[in-house]
Parts: sequence; C-alpha cells; structure tokens
Amino acid sequence: MAQTTQREFMLGEGSGTGSGSQNLRVGVGPAHPAMHGIIRITTELDGEVIVKADVEIGYLHRAFEKDCEEGGYNNAIPFTDRLNYVSPLINNFGYCAAVEKLLGIGVTERCKYIRVIMSEISRICDHLTCIGASAMELGAFTVFLYMIKAREFLWELVEDVTGARLTISYGRVGGVKADLPDGFAERTAKAFKETREVLDEVHRLLTGNRIFMDRMIGVGALSREETIAYAITGPLLRAAGVPYDVRRAQPYDVYDRLEFEIPTQKDGDNYSRYLVRMAEMEQSMRIVEQALAMVPGGPINVDFEGRPVDPAWYVDRGKQGKTEGLLLVPITLSPNLLGSERPAHERINAHDKRVVLPPKETTYGSIEGLMNHFMLIMEGNGIRPPRGEAYVAVEGANGELGFYVVSDGTDRPYRVRCRPPCLPPMAALHRMIEGQMVADLIPTFGSVNMIGGELDR
Amino acid sequence: MDGAAMLAELRARFGSDVVETHEHRGDHTAVVTREALRRVLAWCRDEPSLAFEMLTDLTAVDYVKYPGRQDGPRFEVVYHLYSLTHNHRLRLKVRVDEDDALVPTAVDLWPIADWFEREVWDMFGVRFAGHPDLRRLLMYEEFVGHPLRKDYPIDRRQPLIGPAS
Repeated sequence: MAQTTQREFMLGEGSGTGSGSQNLRVGVGPAHPAMHGIIRITTELDGEVIVKADVEIGYLHRAFEKDCEEGGYNNAIPFTDRLNYVSPLINNFGYCAAVEKLLGIGVTERCKYIRVIMSEISRICDHLTCIGASAMELGAFTVFLYMIKAREFLWELVEDVTGARLTISYGRVGGVKADLPDGFAERTAKAFKETREVLDEVHRLLTGNRIFMDRMIGVGALSREETIAYAITGPLLRAAGVPYDVRRAQPYDVYDRLEFEIPTQKDGDNYSRYLVRMAEMEQSMRIVEQALAMVPGGPINVDFEGRPVDPAWYVDRGKQGKTEGLLLVPITLSPNLLGSERPAHERINAHDKRVVLPPKETTYGSIEGLMNHFMLIMEGNGIRPPRGEAYVAVEGANGELGFYVVSDGTDRPYRVRCRPPCLPPMAALHRMIEGQMVADLIPTFGSVNMIGGELDR
Repeated sequence: MDGAAMLAELRARFGSDVVETHEHRGDHTAVVTREALRRVLAWCRDEPSLAFEMLTDLTAVDYVKYPGRQDGPRFEVVYHLYSLTHNHRLRLKVRVDEDDALVPTAVDLWPIADWFEREVWDMFGVRFAGHPDLRRLLMYEEFVGHPLRKDYPIDRRQPLIGPAS
C-alpha cells in the first residue's frame, strides 16, 4: 500500500495528484563536498531543471564585527585574517588602510610597495584555488593538483615574509610587521616561473577542452545590468564586460604607478569568469615584477664579515644540537628575529609614535621606547583616532572589499563594518541558477568563489 | 561632480529634508530624513550627473553608547553609493529611534538591498517597510535579540536550535 502511494506520488498516477508531475524540493548542503564551506541551497526541481532556489547563509558566522568592537584597533587584524582565508593579506591591508584614513596618516613608500606585492601574490593564490576547485568539481582533478602545487610555491613566499601560511596577521596600522627577507626577489622570480608553467599547462588542459567548454559556456550567466544592480564587483563584473577595478578606478598604495591591464569578457557566464581569472593572474605577476623592480630601500644587510647569517638556518642548527661554532657567529638581527629591527622598521612603518610600535631594541633599550610601547599596548591607551568615520575600498580577489570604521575617539573602534565581496554574488546566485540544470549549480557556485569566512563573518 | 558639489546639489534640491552634510577625510556624507529617503535614493540613482548605479554597501550603526549622542536617535542606517559612470562615491544616512526603527526599503531600486536589509534587521533590529521577505540573514530564526546592538553582551550564550520542522 505504501509503495503504491509513493508510486502515485512520484509518477502522478491515480487520483491523488492528477497533473502527472510535480516539482521536487531538493536541499543541497549545508554539508556538501562542493559547498566550499557551509551553505544551504534549497532548490525546487522540475525534472532536472531548477525552478526556484533559496540560498541560506550564516553557518560560519563568528561575530567578526562584534569582536572588533571589543579590543584595540590592532587587535582586529588577526580577525581579518579569517575573513577571506585564501587571501588574508588583502584583508589585513584593507582594514589597516581604513584605520589609517581615519587617523589621517600615510605609510612609507617601501611599505606601499610591500603591500602591493603581497596583495597581488594573495590574489594569484585566490584565483588558483578558485579555478582549481571548480575544475575539480567538474572532474578535472589533475588541474586541481597542478594549481595547488603552484599555490604551494606562492604560499612559501608568503611564509618567507610573514612567518605563517594562512593566518598571517602581517598588516599593522601604519605599516607592516616585517620587511621583505633577503633574496625575496629571486625566490619570487623562481616561484612565478613555476606558476607560469602551471598556468600554461592548465590553459592547454582546460581552455580549449570540449567537455569543460560545454559545461561552462552559457552557464550561470548574469546580464551586465543585473550584475551592476546586484552590486557585484571583481571578476564577475569584469566577465560581464565592465572594466571596473578599484586598483584602477580609485588607486591606492602605488597602483597608479604600475602598468597592468584589466581583463574583461562579454558574456558574463562561467567560462568568461574562468578566462578573466586566468588573465588576471598573469597581470598580478606583472604587477609584482614591476613593484619588485621599483621598490625603494633595497634589501636589509644582515651579513657579518661577508657571511650571510640566515636566522632560520641558525635556529634549525641549534634545534638539532649542532651548536659547535655557532656561538662564534654573532647575530646581527634583533633578538625577536622578525626582520623588524630598527633600520628596517623605519623604512616600512609610518613615522608616527602615536600609531606604530617602536622596534624591539628601542623598547628594551631606552625608557622612551618602553613608554611609547606601553602607551600603545596597555588597556585604555593605544591608537586613538579622532571621532569620525571612514570607508576604504580595496580590490580583493573576489571584488571590492570595503571597510567602514567609525571611531568615537577612544582606543577601540566603535563600529567596524566589512563589506564582503562575495556577498552580492551570493545574493544573486538564485538568479544565476534558476532555469538551469541542477548539475550546473556546482560549476556556477564554484565560479562565484564563495568564501564562507568573509561571507558570514 | 565632486563631493562638495554633490552635497550642495542635494541641499538645494531637497532643502530641509537634508538634515546635515559633512566631509571627513575625503568622504562626503549627507544625512536625510526618513520621509525623503526614497526620493533621495531614487534621485541619486536616476539623475544622469550622479548616476549611482551601485549600492555598494548598506549597514547600520548603533549610537546608544557614542559619547554625546546617547539621547539622540539610536540607529543610523548607512548607504554607500558608487557610480561606475562617474567614478565617485557618496554616503547617505538616515536616523531612526529605537521604538520606531522602521526605514523604507530600497529593494525595488537595487535588488542587492534585499540581503543587506535582511542583515541589518538581523543584526540591529531595524525593520524595512516594504521588504518582500524580511528574514534573518546570518543568525537562525529562533535567535533572540539583535547581536550588533551595543546593549547585547558579547558573551551571552543562546541554545542552538535546529531548523523548524
């Protein structure tokens, strides 16, 4: 009896349903391998076609904005790492730029170049992850492995500079944590060579691939007008033919001095988004190469009598117990091995004692330095921007990343609002997938490159 | 049109409906009355010399603990507009009291306002008149209170409840 009822229900036989077919509701997620984090899409299917979709977010909400109000201005930087965790450096710098605007200070030339270089490396990592993951979801597992390999080369660069791979906390209000390490330019050149080889391989694997093109062309398209009305920025907007890029429209740091193109496409479908991202990676590498050639100040000399002393090598030897001879090599770095000793510190940070922590040797070596440190760290002191508000937009990997900070004149931000670049495309996702096959939901969702950390905050 | 000219134009056109204008660190802001908000937003979008095609961001600020503003209207709903045509930005604000926290919706002007307004309702408890489907966006339906209000303690815990069956 039960089976008959089910059969009647599914096929519309008998007197119960009459019409012969009815829509089926299918929930995708929250825990689904292709859901890049957790999100739930409730779909209503007519056969294989999505008639209606409702996107539900918030599963990764961690009260970022509320937490920022609870600590000093610099305390929010580790939280910003965890917004877009594939390109955390851009978040760091965006937030710092907003607080700097509120304070009315600028940063040093070298710091601007470092920010540009690190942002662009992050952007490449982000695009690599996005394309690799979407290709994998279409069955092209090889591409995923190649792209993750390339990302590994870039993450090694990030690790060299920041000391961490993912939660880097590298930005500081008024500067960055540490200077670029020795030999960074050479290692970047090497990593880019490898990355270009990978991109070339991926181009040959995907760009003209019949299966890939059939799955991507004309799928998930959004018209130019609708993309704008939904405030979608970044690769998705450029794929719809609008050459809007914050780096070009309202240049920050030193983007106005660098030559780069803004790749656009016309169709606004998944394939256009893929092409835009592939082209942007090449442009980002161009930017980094130019910036590295132009960065003022040069590398910091940590040599001792012609012998380069690499602190990591020194520490590793010590850990292995190979200490013979080591004590004869005096360390010329600061005790914290941060690459932030006095000469470097002055080059990469704003010269403003009200904002930037003094170098460690000044803190430990003089009463003025100690007092300066104290005034910035102790509760109730710290950075105190005047009352007011500021909105700063930077070009994140997924589009315009905005920070709106309100100050009430105390040492804690009164309100920090993050404008997540992947929220508008997620709000428009139902427009992209309705009327399409249910299997196309996955590549469309992949092309949006939703990052749960910044979407849900 | 530069920011100062935009603000002057707004004042000339909407008169006493523009409560206040100011410029801080290069950002231009106009505070408008709730009654005029829809007209101002629509004008900003459609006027060719402004052409704000994009509602970049919509959020709110709870001013209940802001020094000197404890007695004024509690919430400010903040609109960040951007024009692709002219490459300029403008910030519009509207102030509302806690016991009458209702703002007209902008969903029919920019569809993205749908999710932004749901988030503001979720986080601040400001309602939007005319919104087609004002559900919580980030928190779950059974959640009590609005977490970004200044009087919501950061360490308050609420039981996690599954979706309504």
